[in-house]
Amino acid sequence: MIEVENLTKYYGNIPAIEDITFTAEKGEILGFLGPNGAGKTTTMRILSCFMPATRGTARVAGYDVFKDSMEVRKRIGYQPENVPIYRDMSVSAYLNFVAQVRGIDRRERKAKIGKAMDECGITGVSGKLIGKLSKGYRQRVGIAQALVHDPEVLILDEPTIGLDPRQIHGMRDLIKNLGGQRTIILSTHILPEVSMTCQRVVIINEGRLIAVDTPDNLMARLQKGTKILAEIEGPPDDIMRELKGMPGVTNIEKKDAKSDNTFTYLIDSTIDRDIRKELFATVSKNGWLLTEIRQIDMSLEDIFLKLVTEEKD
Amino acid sequence: MVNFYAILKKEMGSYFKSPIAYMVIAVFSVISGYFFYSLFALFGVMSVQSMNNPNMQSALNITEEVVGPVFSTMSILVLFMTPFLTMRLFSEEKKSGTIELLMTFPIKDIEIIMGKFGACFLTFLVMLTPTIFYQAILFILGKPELGPVISGYIGIVLLGASFISLGILISTMTENQIIAAVVTFGALLLFWIIQWGASFTGPVFAKVLIQLSIIEHYQEFARGVIDTNDAIFYCLFAFFFLFLTMRSLESKKWRG
Repeated sequence: MIEVENLTKYYGNIPAIEDITFTAEKGEILGFLGPNGAGKTTTMRILSCFMPATRGTARVAGYDVFKDSMEVRKRIGYQPENVPIYRDMSVSAYLNFVAQVRGIDRRERKAKIGKAMDECGITGVSGKLIGKLSKGYRQRVGIAQALVHDPEVLILDEPTIGLDPRQIHGMRDLIKNLGGQRTIILSTHILPEVSMTCQRVVIINEGRLIAVDTPDNLMARLQKGTKILAEIEGPPDDIMRELKGMPGVTNIEKKDAKSDNTFTYLIDSTIDRDIRKELFATVSKNGWLLTEIRQIDMSLEDIFLKLVTEEKD
Repeated sequence: MVNFYAILKKEMGSYFKSPIAYMVIAVFSVISGYFFYSLFALFGVMSVQSMNNPNMQSALNITEEVVGPVFSTMSILVLFMTPFLTMRLFSEEKKSGTIELLMTFPIKDIEIIMGKFGACFLTFLVMLTPTIFYQAILFILGKPELGPVISGYIGIVLLGASFISLGILISTMTENQIIAAVVTFGALLLFWIIQWGASFTGPVFAKVLIQLSIIEHYQEFARGVIDTNDAIFYCLFAFFFLFLTMRSLESKKWRG
């Protein structure tokens, strides 16, 4: 559905993005992850035909964004960063305007606008001026605007920025519901958002592509062992010695004390072995008390930091 | 065509849902009304005086004394007012970022420009409508010729269209509305006074300067003469600046 090849954009002599290559399949939700200024917005602006690339190609549904710009524009819905929409128009007047310039037939217009408003949950505020709406509602109007012509591709630039936690939750659900039939590209610098909503992640930093993969694959690729956190009540020296002797354990770290005799231990083991059962057996055999045990997955945050620092090395 | 109409409707909405259009129209009406009143009152005083002076009576002509000067003064007011009508057309979209969405809709640049031009031009025509009442008063109380009134309106409409096209170009160049208004006013004033240089330059250059002057071409209309030469000047002027507006919008494609 979306094919980007060696996309490069210079602002003057300063490269904003360099040699970005990725694809997105039909129905996929692709997350665009990177710190501020990494080149997310630039890539999205090129994909949405707002500006051309210096080098490289980008195709949406087989059409080149520069040569067949009009065909591409018809097939995408775009919500730019900060949701720039006309504040002096009412929600329904604005959507009507968008439907008109999107070329929706007059007879279908009302039904399509109604559907987009329903999907985004803004039917209740249709008569209000956009400038008077709360930020959460304005973001929803921005998405409704991108949806009204039922596009094959949705490009959302930071759809959850500036929302409160409850609104962010609602927005993520909305985006997940919109996926499926449509290809969605969304950018964010909030890491958990990607693992919650996206099937695949594109990580960019300082204009360069660092990784493209599913969140699970990225974790598997970078996770060299399993980490287990255990809280055990018992003599720490004995515990350390016993646990070190367990097969598969590579490293143990004693963390903060909960009380005189209770400590948290971080146990690293080889990736192929689940040591939790043995750990439990060892603890009960020695008459200690196990108060907490859980496996620690590498968070996307760790992956991101790791990738970005690896890049530097 | 649908797109043109959609943009036109949206722009008309933002003119008439905000106080801008009403304020510009109100100020224009008050000042042009005062001009009309003073010119007409002066003509009344002269008419009374001419009763004792038969020579003066034959020279007194309501078309020349009132209709012509009313159109001349109106053109100055149009010079002052159009920058305020055009300043927001693109600047506001640039400032609020809405231009990014507008330019990614499946519409051509020319449709956006013509929609905005059309809306501004219609607002300008609305601004002129109250002046029809002044002319009606003249026709009720006196016997002016109809021809010069019509030619005067054709002239002022052409003048307005030219001013608007230049104003739109300037508003694509900045995101600051005040800068857009000031530069538009300056550029229009320059075109207004450009023929002043004609008196001290060579004969060929002088002719060019006079031809370029936006007000020289208008004088004939105000006097009741419709010259195709003048009409073509305004059409070319408007066309030229709308063309530059298109280029200015396109320039984002090669500027970083």
